[in-house]
Amino acid sequence: MSGVASDTGFNVPVAQIPALLLPALGDTLIMVGIVMTIVLLVGVPLGSLIHNLAPGGLFENRAAHTVLSWVISIGRSLPFLILMAAIVPFTRFVTGTNIGIPAAVVPMSIAGIAFFTRIVENSLRSVPVALTRVARSSGASPIQIIRTAQLSEAVPSIIGGLTINTIAMIEYSAIAGTIGAGGIGYVAVTYGYDRFDNGVMLATIVVLVVLVATVQLLGDRLVRATTPHAAAAVLRLRRRPSGPSSSRPSRATESPATESTTRSAS
Amino acid sequence: MIRVDQLRKEFGHGAQRAVVLDGLDLSIEAREISAVVGPSGAGKSTLAQCVSLLERPTSGSVIVNGDVLSELGERELRVARRRIGTIFQSDGLFSRRTAAANVALPLEYLGVTAAESRRRVGELLDRVGLADKAVHYPHQLSGGQRQRVGIARALALRPSVILSDEATSGLDPDATTAIVELLKELRDDLDLSILFITHEMDTVLQIADSVSRLDHGRIVESGRVLELLAQPNSSLGRALQPRRGHEPAPTGATVWEVTYGADPVPADWVGLLAAGLDTTVSLLGASIETLRGATTGHATIAVSTPRHDLVEVELRLLGLDATRVGSEDLLALESEVAR
Repeated sequence: MSGVASDTGFNVPVAQIPALLLPALGDTLIMVGIVMTIVLLVGVPLGSLIHNLAPGGLFENRAAHTVLSWVISIGRSLPFLILMAAIVPFTRFVTGTNIGIPAAVVPMSIAGIAFFTRIVENSLRSVPVALTRVARSSGASPIQIIRTAQLSEAVPSIIGGLTINTIAMIEYSAIAGTIGAGGIGYVAVTYGYDRFDNGVMLATIVVLVVLVATVQLLGDRLVRATTPHAAAAVLRLRRRPSGPSSSRPSRATESPATESTTRSAS
Repeated sequence: MIRVDQLRKEFGHGAQRAVVLDGLDLSIEAREISAVVGPSGAGKSTLAQCVSLLERPTSGSVIVNGDVLSELGERELRVARRRIGTIFQSDGLFSRRTAAANVALPLEYLGVTAAESRRRVGELLDRVGLADKAVHYPHQLSGGQRQRVGIARALALRPSVILSDEATSGLDPDATTAIVELLKELRDDLDLSILFITHEMDTVLQIADSVSRLDHGRIVESGRVLELLAQPNSSLGRALQPRRGHEPAPTGATVWEVTYGADPVPADWVGLLAAGLDTTVSLLGASIETLRGATTGHATIAVSTPRHDLVEVELRLLGLDATRVGSEDLLALESEVAR
């Protein structure tokens, strides 16, 4: 990175900005996608484990809980930039390189897992303990209890947390851009920051805002769809035969639908 | 049938050791509903946890149909739990599952095929009168309906014992009555032994054949409900049918507390007593009800006669047990004077 500053010489023409940003956006999506898959696969079991090692859990074990809790807290307490630098030897050992997407995925996964484990733990904590008792007395095995009486009941809350986590990972991917991981962050740093190219800077900001807003919207939708008393209204809307596509008339049908739900519940 | 034998449960170690259940004995025959009452902190929920095999007793045993279940290993215990159906307080439903899916839970854990499970769930929901609510979520059901789903779920694996842990607590009176009637019906149809843990005395009168009072981890009093009610000096009987306030007595009359005994009492006993003693009898307060064909209850009356011994004899002949109110002071005074 040259660091050459000029307000005329290096500016990318507006017409070329999409060609610059689209592949970068693709890189970001790939990076975040891979990381979130790993985070989900590791974080859910790890969160369930730490929740059930705690006092009152299925495998209550104070020592194991303390150790695991400390490890996760350490992972959570390092600023991402520091974590990324600190584990370079480990990253190189796993991926054989310390630049590019593979190199970014390792520290991002570690930070994401630590984050998501706490989110899962917190979500499970809000599920009534009585349900675990119900499942146990119905003859469930520990795995069945965790699956049906803990995780399944916490799904909307976990999806809400997953949304937050995904957005945090988009932000981390931008930080990872500084070690040449590619993606939107890399473009923002090399063109916008180093070369004072305000056009590109602005474009990356717009892309990031749209990306984050889209993730949030999808997350909110999913949370609604997986919460029975919220989903009832959504389902009724969907079931309507293809009416006018504008949202106003369908919103008008929503309120009587929710009203009738509450009436039948009373 | 289920038997609890010398059940003892301690929590903690050393100086912090707390004895929650202290050598408890209970026995419930098939087709019997036995209630356990007691103040909060008496050990009711620990008893429930031990009977449903969620907590291991420190010593003593839980025996269902002759099998000692409390000594099994963890894996066998999981299987044994299926022989006892538990009905929880109304918050025990899974919020993201429909009524049918909630009832199907124990079948799912057992690994029953989907078709078989669907058939059994339909049967169970029909049995508790919720066939039309199968696809409703818990938030769409009333408290009473939710509890019916809980009952259907407890019955899913055809247990011979039902443990009801505060199942009617938090329900309105109508819903409580409906749940009580349903449990009695199920007891008759399925030959169930039901252990009904509650703190509601009214519900005990409605449902239980026998009742035990738990206090500080021990059973301090127990017996058949009707027998306890017929005993005027039973504190559990009095707790089940508490005496409430009564009118003040007319001057010159003595006040008597009468209790319906085990023998039938003529309905016109107040008139019969007045005729027999040839005096006036005033009814100051009464609480009388018919439970399982027997009339039970108590009354406070005022009788204008100095012949206290005769009042007692007449009342006894009518099948009523009588105690003169404030009589101890007066008797003491009389004996002083006589001396």
